[in-house]
Amino acid sequence: MKKLSILSMILLSATFVLASLVAFHSSRSSATPIPAPDTIMLNGAGATFPYPIYSKWFSDFNKIHSGIEINYQSIGSGGGIRQLLSGTVDFGASDPPMTDEQLGHAKTKILHFPTVLGAVVPTYNIPGISQELSFTPEVLVGIYLGRITKWNDAEIAKSNNGVNLPAQDIVVVHRSDGSGTSYVWTDYLSKVSPEWQSKVGRNTSVNWPVGLGGKGNEGVTGLVKQTPGAIGYVELIYAVQNQIPYGRVRNAAGVFVKADLAGVTAAAASFAKTMPEDFRISITNAPGKAAYPIASFTYLLIPTKIEDASKRQVIKDFLTWMLNDGQKEVEALSYSRLPKEVVARELKQISQIQ
Amino acid sequence: MPTASAPPKRRPPGLIQGLRSGDTFAHVLTLLCAASILLVTVALVQQLYVNSTGALHKFGFRFLTGRTWDPVSGDFGALPFVYGTLVTSALALLVAVPLGVGAAIFLSELAPPRISNAMTFVIELLAAVPSVIYGLLGMFILVPFLRQYGEPFLKHTLGFLPLFRGPMYGVGMLAGGLVLAIMVVPFIISLSREVLLAVPVEQREAALGLGATKWESTWQVVVPYARIGIMASVFLALARALGETMAVTMVIGNDPKINASLFAPGYSIAAVIANEFAEATGDLYIQALVELGLVLFALTIVINGLARIVIITTTQKGSAH
Repeated sequence: MKKLSILSMILLSATFVLASLVAFHSSRSSATPIPAPDTIMLNGAGATFPYPIYSKWFSDFNKIHSGIEINYQSIGSGGGIRQLLSGTVDFGASDPPMTDEQLGHAKTKILHFPTVLGAVVPTYNIPGISQELSFTPEVLVGIYLGRITKWNDAEIAKSNNGVNLPAQDIVVVHRSDGSGTSYVWTDYLSKVSPEWQSKVGRNTSVNWPVGLGGKGNEGVTGLVKQTPGAIGYVELIYAVQNQIPYGRVRNAAGVFVKADLAGVTAAAASFAKTMPEDFRISITNAPGKAAYPIASFTYLLIPTKIEDASKRQVIKDFLTWMLNDGQKEVEALSYSRLPKEVVARELKQISQIQ
Repeated sequence: MPTASAPPKRRPPGLIQGLRSGDTFAHVLTLLCAASILLVTVALVQQLYVNSTGALHKFGFRFLTGRTWDPVSGDFGALPFVYGTLVTSALALLVAVPLGVGAAIFLSELAPPRISNAMTFVIELLAAVPSVIYGLLGMFILVPFLRQYGEPFLKHTLGFLPLFRGPMYGVGMLAGGLVLAIMVVPFIISLSREVLLAVPVEQREAALGLGATKWESTWQVVVPYARIGIMASVFLALARALGETMAVTMVIGNDPKINASLFAPGYSIAAVIANEFAEATGDLYIQALVELGLVLFALTIVINGLARIVIITTTQKGSAH
């Protein structure tokens, strides 16, 4: 009896140690589900902004190619890049392009494939004002630097003739969570203002000179709606789907443009000729009369070297499909599609995957 | 062990040994359970340390005193976050402790049992509500109320204090502290009530027998007797307040600045980690966020340590325990 107890004790503690070891190990490498014998499984992770269209693409692609399953976790651009660099996923996804420093950490060369376009719009809540306001770049910079503090400021009034702006204090609202939306917004402000560039700069989160932080598009919208005199910025898709009023912004050609899907595609098209080989370009403040100035690509990040031949083929097939048939689906979900010139160049880039 | 339930006097000697080895078995098993907790704590500290070494070496103690949090230039300081965490938690306790202990005294000593039981049920229900719900409550009810009525009133009456000055957004440290207070009150009530109920009846009877009124017996005998348990409930509430993330970030304004006014927006350690970790790029940025985690851990240990000291010193000169 005693022996039995000791034996069971040893067994039990051995199980305990083993279990904790397994738990420790599996917490380090992200757990991948076991695929059925004849399915090819791909794992990706990254940006949250394109998640709705990606999940639709992956499920549609699975319908036409049974036996292929692409999993995507929308953990954020930063997380997607980290997981890609550590090799725990087959592909990554990011709103901002990878920096040279990040690319330097990669074991194999990484390709950027733009997939869809997004835009960021200014939204505001001024008591008694129902008209659409027009913003110059200088006004947006002035407000976000904390230099323009009243709605009836002469600089705002200049581009809003006929609007009776009140002497209300401006309450600046920005995103509190790190996000691609903030990246595009600060990238735009950096391009139009050297002062912003040197004082604040561009990133997924920055050291904001003024303002309140709201979590997510919904947090910013909530604060703007509740606070009289507030101004914030949200994704175009979010504003469209939730019918949030937003203002026009003056583009580089001097035209006040209200963001819509075509204006965002036009912004990308105006960069088509000057676009670098690797597509790592910011398309904010685009030239061209129709271009909406606060827009950006979002990317799939694909390693050039994929050991597994079947996985390699799936990725190539998917990219080709995404650039042709897939593009037809994007506008239904309020994303802007890629300009033709960019699609043609991306199709060429696919052959670099080996 | 099935043999353990056999009547003792008919047990042959072998079985006594079996029982004894069962004891050993239980001893080792529970020891392992306890050790695993220690192991988790040690692993936690070790991981936090390893994953923040770069930032630890680069900033040193400057990290604790720095007031800038600039991911673009890679300059990171934790002071505004430490300040926001401590101020909102202190504010929460300031509101929640009198409210919670008062309610607990009523429920355990003064209320009729039927009302006491019904209310306790509701309070325990409140303790189980997820924090995001409290965040929504704060965002849609508390914040507009504070902006329109609460903060103008405070500014009008107590505006001579620097605590109640400046622009009134509704969101800010005050809203953060109040939401936390609402969240931790159920813990204080529920635990304090249990402790007060556990005070022996003889204590009350003795006090009443000496001619004390009902309230004198409650306030001067029962509450001091239950003091340590009540304090424990307060520290549990404090622990929850320090680490609360979701509800705080929804109402605090998320601006890492140190401002004397409670109306001003602030930021807490847990909130900034949750907000920025997913999109953080660059090694130093991530390490700084992990180091913030280490700071929060240290803060919790220091506060719990102080709590122990308070309990020990008051117990030595105290009466009951």
